[in-house]
Amino acid sequence: MENSSEPIVHIKHLTKSYRRGEQTVPVLTDITFDIPTGEFIALMGPSGSGKSTLLNLIAGIDKPDSGTLEVGGTDIALLSEGELADWRAANIGFIFQFYNLMPVLTAFENVELPLLLTPLSFKERQERVELALAMVGLSDRMEHYPSELSGGQQQRVAIARAFISDPVILVADEPTGDLDRTSAGEILAILDRLNKEMEKTIIMVTHDPHAAKTAHIIRHLEKGELDVEN
Amino acid sequence: MHFLKLILRNTLRHKLRTGLTILGIIVAIVAFGLLRTVVDAWYSGAEGSSETRLVTRNAISLVFHLPIKYQDRIKKLRGVKEVTHASWFWGVYITEKNFFPQFAIDAKTYFDVYSEYIIPPKELTAFTTDRKGCVIGRKLADVYGLKIGDTMPIRGTIYPGTWKFNVRAIYDGAEAKTDTSQFFFHWNYLNESRKRVIARSARTTDWVGVYAINISEPSRASEISDEVDKLFKNSLAETRTETEKAFQLGFVSMTDAIVVAIRIVSYVVILIILAVMANTMAMTARERTSEYATLKALGFSHLFISGLIYGESMIIAFLGTLIGILLTFPVAAMFSAKVGTLFPVFGVSLETIYMQAIVALLIGITAAVIPAFRSAQVPIVEGLRSIG
Repeated sequence: MENSSEPIVHIKHLTKSYRRGEQTVPVLTDITFDIPTGEFIALMGPSGSGKSTLLNLIAGIDKPDSGTLEVGGTDIALLSEGELADWRAANIGFIFQFYNLMPVLTAFENVELPLLLTPLSFKERQERVELALAMVGLSDRMEHYPSELSGGQQQRVAIARAFISDPVILVADEPTGDLDRTSAGEILAILDRLNKEMEKTIIMVTHDPHAAKTAHIIRHLEKGELDVEN
Repeated sequence: MHFLKLILRNTLRHKLRTGLTILGIIVAIVAFGLLRTVVDAWYSGAEGSSETRLVTRNAISLVFHLPIKYQDRIKKLRGVKEVTHASWFWGVYITEKNFFPQFAIDAKTYFDVYSEYIIPPKELTAFTTDRKGCVIGRKLADVYGLKIGDTMPIRGTIYPGTWKFNVRAIYDGAEAKTDTSQFFFHWNYLNESRKRVIARSARTTDWVGVYAINISEPSRASEISDEVDKLFKNSLAETRTETEKAFQLGFVSMTDAIVVAIRIVSYVVILIILAVMANTMAMTARERTSEYATLKALGFSHLFISGLIYGESMIIAFLGTLIGILLTFPVAAMFSAKVGTLFPVFGVSLETIYMQAIVALLIGITAAVIPAFRSAQVPIVEGLRSIG
C-alpha cells in the first residue's frame, strides 16, 4: 500500500484524565505518535488501557486535557461543539461494537442518515446509498429494519453508513467484538477493501489479535502509555 | 421530512406507553373542558344579561319584596321604556330533584322587557288570556316531555298548596346562551290566591320580588339607577337598582368558593397530566441516550436531538388533545342531560376549546424541556456507553 508522507493524525504530548468523584484518574499520559494517511492501524491493549479514549479523541467526540491533536491538518481540540459536529460529519466515519443503528429506520434510511447533513438531493442520496449497500453485499436487505438483520448484517449496514459520506478516516471500536468468527471475517474483509480500494485511513480498536492482523500497524496501549509493535 | 419520519416512528415505538399517555391526556383535556364549561355555566346568567336592563330589588335583601305600586312610578322616569316585575316562586314539580326557576310575572309587560324569549304570538295570547296559564322554556319542555295543553302541578314551598298550571306557550331563546329552562306564570294568579288565603295581609299581597327596567340608553344606566333609588328613599321599602349583569354576578359571588374550587381542580388535573407526560418523555429520552449520542457523533446538532424530543412530546400532546377536544362535546352533552335544568345554559364555548389547545401546547413543550436539555447536554462518549 502506498502511503502519503503527510500524517493524517498528528498527536503530541496528549493527556486525558477523567474525574471520578473527588479523584482524577489519568487515562492517557503523554501520548505522541502519527498515523500516516491511508493507513490501517489497530490499537490494542487490556481493558482500561485508554485505547477507546484515544480513538474517541481522534474522532472528535471527546476533548483532551492537554497536548496537540491534529487530524487532517485541523487542531480539533480548539473547535467548538458546533464546529466539531460539522467536522465529524465531513471527516469521520464511525463503526461501533454494537452497530448503533437507529432501530426505527430501515437499512437504507440508516445509511442515508449522514447524507441528510449534506446538500445532496434525494435522487443523489438514493444512488449513493444503493451503491454503498451493494458494496457491503446488502442490496437485498435495504428495506429491512435492524431487528430483521443478523449481527453481521447490521455491522455491514453500519460500515456502509460510516463510509457513505466519503470521510477521510474510519474509526472502528471493536467492530468484530459482538460477532462470530465468520461474520467477523466478513467485516474485516470489508474494512480491508475500504482501506485498499478506497484508500480510507482506518483506526481500529480491538482485543482480538486475529482482527488486529488485518491492520498494517498494531500499537499497544498499557496504562495510558503507548508502546509500538509492528 | 426525515426529521418528521423519525419523530413519528419514535412516537409509535412503544405503542402501549404512548397509547396510555395519550389516554391520560384525553381524560385530562376532557375533564379540564368539562370543568371549564361548568364554570362558564355558572356565569351564563351574567353573560346572557342585557345592557339595557336594570334590576330593582329591596335595598335590605332579596328576601324582602317591593310594593306593586312602584311599577308605575318607575315607568314615569325619563329614559325608562318599560317596567315589569317577577317574583320567585320556588315550587316542586313532582320531586325535589326537578329544579328549575319559577317566576310569577306581569304577563302584559314581561316578554316586552325580555325580548330574547321568543314566543309564537298565538301561544302568547293563549297564555295572557288564561289566568292559570304558564310559559315554559324549550329545554324544560324537552327534559320533562311537556307540550302545549299539558297541566303542570307544582307544590309550593314559599306559597303552600298544590298549584296547577296549564302549559300555554313554549319559548325559545334568541341566542344559544339564552336560558330556556324557566317557568313563568301570572303574578295576578299568585297574588289573588294569596289574598284569598291570607285575608288581605298588606305584608304578603300586592308585593313583587324585583322590577326589571328596560332603558333606552345603556350609557344612562347608572344615572337611572340612582334616580330609581332616590324615588323610594326613606320609604317603607327602599330600593337598590343595578344593571342586570351586576345583579346576576351578585348571585354568582355567593358561590365564589365553589367556582374557585372547580377552577383549582381543573388546573390540578392539568398539573397531574403534565407530570405523567414529563415522566413519559424522561423515560423515552433516557432509553434513547445511546441513539442520540450516535446521532451527535454522526454530526447532528444538539438542536436536532432536542427537536426529536420536542417533536415526539408535541405529537403525543396533539393527538391526546385533538381526541380530548372532540370527546368534550358528547361528554358535556351527557353531563348536561344528567343534571337536567340545574345548569340552564351548558355548552362548550370556543374559549374553552382555545384553552384546551393552549394547555396541550404547554404540556407538550413543558414535558420535553428537561429531557431535551439533558439529552443535548450528555457528552457523546458517555451517551454511547449507556444501555438503552
